[in-house]
Amino acid sequence: MNKIILIIKREYLSRVRKKSFIVMTLLGPILMAGLMMTPLLMDTSDSEAREIWVCDESDMFQTQFEDINDTHFEFIDLDIEGAKEVFNESETFALVHIPKVDSASIDALESSVRVYAHKPMSFSNQRLISKNIENVVESIKLKEEGLTREVLDRTRADVELNTIILGESGTEKSGSTEIAMGLSMAGGFLIYIFIFLYGAMVMRGVMEEKTSRIVEIIISSVKPFQLMMGKIIGVAMVGFTQFALWIILTFVISTVATTILVEPTDLSVSELAQGTELISQELQNESGLTMVLNQLDQMNISFILMMFLFYFIGGYLMYGSLFAAVGAAVDSETDTQQFMMPITIPLIFSFIALQTILENPDSALAFWCSIIPFTSPIVMMGRLPFDPPIWEIGLSMVLLIIGFIFTSWIAGRIYRVGILMHGQKVSYKILWKWIKQS
Amino acid sequence: MKVLEVQSVSKSYSNHKALDNVSLSVAEGQIFGLLGPNGAGKTSLIRIINQITMPDQGEIIFNGSKLNGNHIRHIGYLPEERGLYKKMKVGEQALYLAQLKGLSESEAKKALREWFQKFEITQWWDKKVEELSKGMAQKVQFITTVLHKPKLLIFDEPFSGFDPINANIIKDEILQLKEQGTSIIFSTHRMESVEQLCDHIALIHQSKKILDGPIDEVKEKYKEQIYKVNFSSTNLDFLNSLPEHLKLISKNSHKAEIQIQNESPASDLIRFLLDQSDIKAFEEKIPTVNEIFIRTVQEN
Repeated sequence: MNKIILIIKREYLSRVRKKSFIVMTLLGPILMAGLMMTPLLMDTSDSEAREIWVCDESDMFQTQFEDINDTHFEFIDLDIEGAKEVFNESETFALVHIPKVDSASIDALESSVRVYAHKPMSFSNQRLISKNIENVVESIKLKEEGLTREVLDRTRADVELNTIILGESGTEKSGSTEIAMGLSMAGGFLIYIFIFLYGAMVMRGVMEEKTSRIVEIIISSVKPFQLMMGKIIGVAMVGFTQFALWIILTFVISTVATTILVEPTDLSVSELAQGTELISQELQNESGLTMVLNQLDQMNISFILMMFLFYFIGGYLMYGSLFAAVGAAVDSETDTQQFMMPITIPLIFSFIALQTILENPDSALAFWCSIIPFTSPIVMMGRLPFDPPIWEIGLSMVLLIIGFIFTSWIAGRIYRVGILMHGQKVSYKILWKWIKQS
Repeated sequence: MKVLEVQSVSKSYSNHKALDNVSLSVAEGQIFGLLGPNGAGKTSLIRIINQITMPDQGEIIFNGSKLNGNHIRHIGYLPEERGLYKKMKVGEQALYLAQLKGLSESEAKKALREWFQKFEITQWWDKKVEELSKGMAQKVQFITTVLHKPKLLIFDEPFSGFDPINANIIKDEILQLKEQGTSIIFSTHRMESVEQLCDHIALIHQSKKILDGPIDEVKEKYKEQIYKVNFSSTNLDFLNSLPEHLKLISKNSHKAEIQIQNESPASDLIRFLLDQSDIKAFEEKIPTVNEIFIRTVQEN
């Protein structure tokens, strides 16, 4: 037992002290924060003031076009040929040509409007123009039908469903589908990423020991199984450390970045004040944030977190030993491909299944995938917020533990033979022989 | 007192038999040469003694009791295929390996300092292994093998990778360990080092033990009654017509090798030769381990 702790300690420290670990741990959150910030930054860079010329041959649109964001629509008094010539020499962003129509033939506009531009236009800019034209055409049609826009707006409705799950004993519980789905996806995705990232790390670690030939020295002091489990656990702790640091750093960096990049330019003090007012209003209305919090509360967060931790660790341990076996079986990274297949396929399958299962959390696929240990860590995470029967959760957990014991047993047998084998072309047949070998 | 007894050990892998009913015993303070061609089963036996694999049949007795996990601490093993973690610092790594053997951190540190001073490599402590040359890394491996003062040391090709000077240093260390009462199993293909170091040899060929005994006895047994003779004259024509029971093995200028093919004593040969010519030197030819090795392997 003492020795396994020594191994865990070495596996952990040797990785955490590596430059690549420090770089990845620091870079990860910067990339993540970057990913989160890009839309914000793009938004600001795209919103520079622009002018679009409109050549409206029927003079129906002039008064009704709205300037959207910082885009100004300038109506010019030239025919289209003249307008094009002038446009060609100007630096105007775009030229819109609305051909001559009257109220009767107004439908023709749906396909006859042309936009001239110096370079290809983004989809959002096209929307800007078409929306303006659509609005005007709609207004004209409404008027013909004797309606005004105000009337139309008043008739619109926006319904948000509040599903309540009626328990057998008459208890009511709100089933908050969106948040549940978000949570399950996030949980399943985290498990998926974690298994892949750190499973591969276990595999490389085993290969390092095998190719550097230190392994025979070590297993003359400890049992191969101890070395394998020590490595798997040590790498898991590296993973926890890295994940924890990523979460903390992402939070810190995105908070700092948002404050620096967004606040001074975009939010004046009054706007900020308005913002807080809005939030407090929402809070008073018991909608928005409070509702989210309420729903989270009802889903029994601590239960889900505990389950997450169980499936997270269970899934990793189960796959980790298989990754170790692959590392022990091969001589170089290029040989890993054929043995990685049976590991990656159930993982990718369960991740894909997770998304369909969220649509229908009580289907047969959902049931079986959440019971079978190879897919259950990811899929059961997805089903948890939909309250699957307690016996299914129990069965899935027991099977995952059995699955973990089973894969470590198999992996241990492959491992102890494989690490001492060099220069042999290993096939599945040979792996099977190793498993049978006493 | 026997430190290690291997009793009728057999081991099979899926496609071949690695060891077939092999028995041998190693006494205290003995250097035991475990010889054999490639693939004979030496490594299989060594791995069984190190409890890396289990025998299919037979038993290993260590220090009077059946081999078990507590004995790991008393065995030191330097495998033929050996290496270190490349990215780890030398001192840290040596400390780790010593602790895995069961030393406490402070014991290991103290012993390591002594060995590092002895080999004058204290300045390597904070170097990464990848910065060391192959020979330097081998020195570190040697230290980690003997550091915990094992009762039984197993060296598989210990001199590979060493230059002659360092090989000599290692050889002296091995002899010193023997002086201190350590038993050593020594597996190698370098017969001259067997000749210099071993007290006892065993030869394994095609998974069977085909030779076992103290090195002097083995040599005695493999003597062929061949005598090397130096004559003072170069006229050795008389050797072409030797009596029935004598056979000329080789001859050049004033030297010859003659074999006695019956039970008659060597003094008869001397007398016979003195009648023909003057003799400057007369010596019995003792077979080298190398010759014994080749002969027995070919005979089997």
